[in-house]
Amino acid sequence: MTAPAVIAITGLTKTFGDKRVVDDFDITVPKGAIYGFLGPNGSGKTTTIRMLCGLLTPDAGQGTCLGFDILREPDKIKEQVGYMTQKFSLYEDLSIRENLDFVARMYRLNRRKQRVDAALNDLGLADRQKQLAGTLSGGWKQRLALAACLLHEPKLLLLDEPTAGVDPKARRDFWDEIRRLSAAGVTVLVSTHYMDEAVQCDFIAYIAYGKRLIDGPSATIPEQVGLVTWRVEGPDLAALEQRLKQEPGVEQVARFGAVLHISGTDKQALDATVARLQAEGTHRWTLQVAGLEEAFIYLMAGARDNFARDTPQGAAA
Amino acid sequence: MSGGLSIAGFSFGRFSAVLIKEFIQMRRDRVTFAMMIGLPIIQLLLFGFAINADPRHLPTLVEMADDGPLTRAILAGMQNSGYFDFQGPVGGIAAGEAVLRRGDANFVIVIPQNFERDVIRGRRPSVLISADASDPSATGGAVAALAGIVQVAINETLQGPLQSLAGTAPPFSVDVHREYNPEGKTSTNIVPGLLAIILSMTMVMITAVAIVKETERGTMEMLIATPVRPLEVMLGKILPYVFVGYVQTTVFLIAAGIVFRVPFEGSPWAFFLGFNLFIVVNLALGFLISTAARSQMQAMQLSFFTILPSILLSGFMFPFAGMPAWAQFLGTGVPATHFLRIVRKVMLKGAGVGDVTGELGALGVILVVISVIAMLRYRQTLD
Repeated sequence: MTAPAVIAITGLTKTFGDKRVVDDFDITVPKGAIYGFLGPNGSGKTTTIRMLCGLLTPDAGQGTCLGFDILREPDKIKEQVGYMTQKFSLYEDLSIRENLDFVARMYRLNRRKQRVDAALNDLGLADRQKQLAGTLSGGWKQRLALAACLLHEPKLLLLDEPTAGVDPKARRDFWDEIRRLSAAGVTVLVSTHYMDEAVQCDFIAYIAYGKRLIDGPSATIPEQVGLVTWRVEGPDLAALEQRLKQEPGVEQVARFGAVLHISGTDKQALDATVARLQAEGTHRWTLQVAGLEEAFIYLMAGARDNFARDTPQGAAA
Repeated sequence: MSGGLSIAGFSFGRFSAVLIKEFIQMRRDRVTFAMMIGLPIIQLLLFGFAINADPRHLPTLVEMADDGPLTRAILAGMQNSGYFDFQGPVGGIAAGEAVLRRGDANFVIVIPQNFERDVIRGRRPSVLISADASDPSATGGAVAALAGIVQVAINETLQGPLQSLAGTAPPFSVDVHREYNPEGKTSTNIVPGLLAIILSMTMVMITAVAIVKETERGTMEMLIATPVRPLEVMLGKILPYVFVGYVQTTVFLIAAGIVFRVPFEGSPWAFFLGFNLFIVVNLALGFLISTAARSQMQAMQLSFFTILPSILLSGFMFPFAGMPAWAQFLGTGVPATHFLRIVRKVMLKGAGVGDVTGELGALGVILVVISVIAMLRYRQTLD
């Protein structure tokens, strides 16, 4: 990494009661990167983000965020961080304009009126500025929330599942905006459940049970997961899909249009199965390099809900 | 670092932003707004008129086994006192007891046979009055008035040759002066006390709920993710409710003066000082509750927990001096106790600032204690 790290933290730990929600977590995020947090519910994504922006006090850990000490200087970090919460957290009983104005005052921004006007225009909400925020639809609430946390032109954006419950078009627009910000030098850390969002990220950290299991540039993730993938084409894929799921070495069957991607981590077992089926001659088989999609499907499938904790170890470890 | 309140970095801009936001939200929340203004008026009218510690026109039944000028004079005197309302005759002691038990009457009066003759013969017969004392405050006043009524009746009836008999009564009379409340009106006592109760209720509850609402709706997470300081949030959220307290008190004073004709004898300054201090104490208490409650429902319940002592131990319902020492000790820690005294002293007894320094001091001590605990408990984080 050539750019200086915006977030450089080691050993981050947080315990609620007897539950270690974040366990000895290390994270380094270079400037201008889009860094994705993947993991099942309850894996510690939200807790980690809250510790990064000073909402929670870590039990252990050290490091810097935007060059400020995370333990001693949370106030300075807050000045330059835009945090978008998982749940809509602006005031539903204030109007759109009143909300933006309130946030602008919280950051003591100069030229407040112009900035709020500009934000309203960018949003396309200038003519609805007097409408109560609580009456907006999910997609508009999300855009308003993003606009509110960009008002003070933060250097670091922390987005906690920003597109949950938002339609695909709005989600695409949202990511265009994130890409644009990233290109302008804003560092973005985003937690998500969605594969199509994960592929947008430059770096990925996969978390389960508060531990970071996989971390690195997106391109290296399939390799880290260690998947072998075969591509199958031919007639009656549905029947084949059912049959494949019973075969040794097959850990995942994913359908992409008219093809199936069959993946597994045990190359020998998978190749043996494929060789046997290939001999039947009904379908066309090609070995291919596992992509991000397969890797994410594999990761997300292997991770059950972390609230229902029954084993002490991570699922995909 | 994350907890407590620091003066450093206080921004007037952020503070006023919180303040403006609170006012806007208060204006939009019609129900709360109506409660803040309507509640004091309704409570004042309801309790001011309804609560009467010296009730009159209590239903009374009589068993007259004798009938004569003296008997009739006694009954007429009782009727005229306004305490007793004769409903009719009752047949015998057993029937009278049944009536009392059912609660159809508060009193049963039995004039024994040959009552008049026995009085004249100097045998000192008894008039039996059975009172339903299950609610002492309901019948206490009437019972106390009874001795005087009978004495007057005897004096007026036994004239001429029988006058010497009247002299068998004690040769003195009890002369009660009702100071500060010459008519003995309960509303004169209740209404100033109600201000303490109304302010305790609305101020504590509204503040507690207003802050917990931010946590419950998730807006607290956004709020504390900004550089806002705890003191800015605390002051910005509390001040609008000080304003509400002013409105409530103004409404109250007007209603008390016009509807109940409660006098305002003392120094407005003493009142002003006392009620400002009291409002701030209640707001601090509400803030403290909000640091402990996780939901608006919990905040309400905890607020009610503080309201009962304000009603029962402050001297509002029962005379403070009549409580056992340990209860007085507890009552001393209740802010309403001191404010109640200030209001009664100032409004009814004409007290000035110098007369209420003790109470003001006590409120000050309570304020400091509550504020310190609240500050220690308040967290700028979600931990």
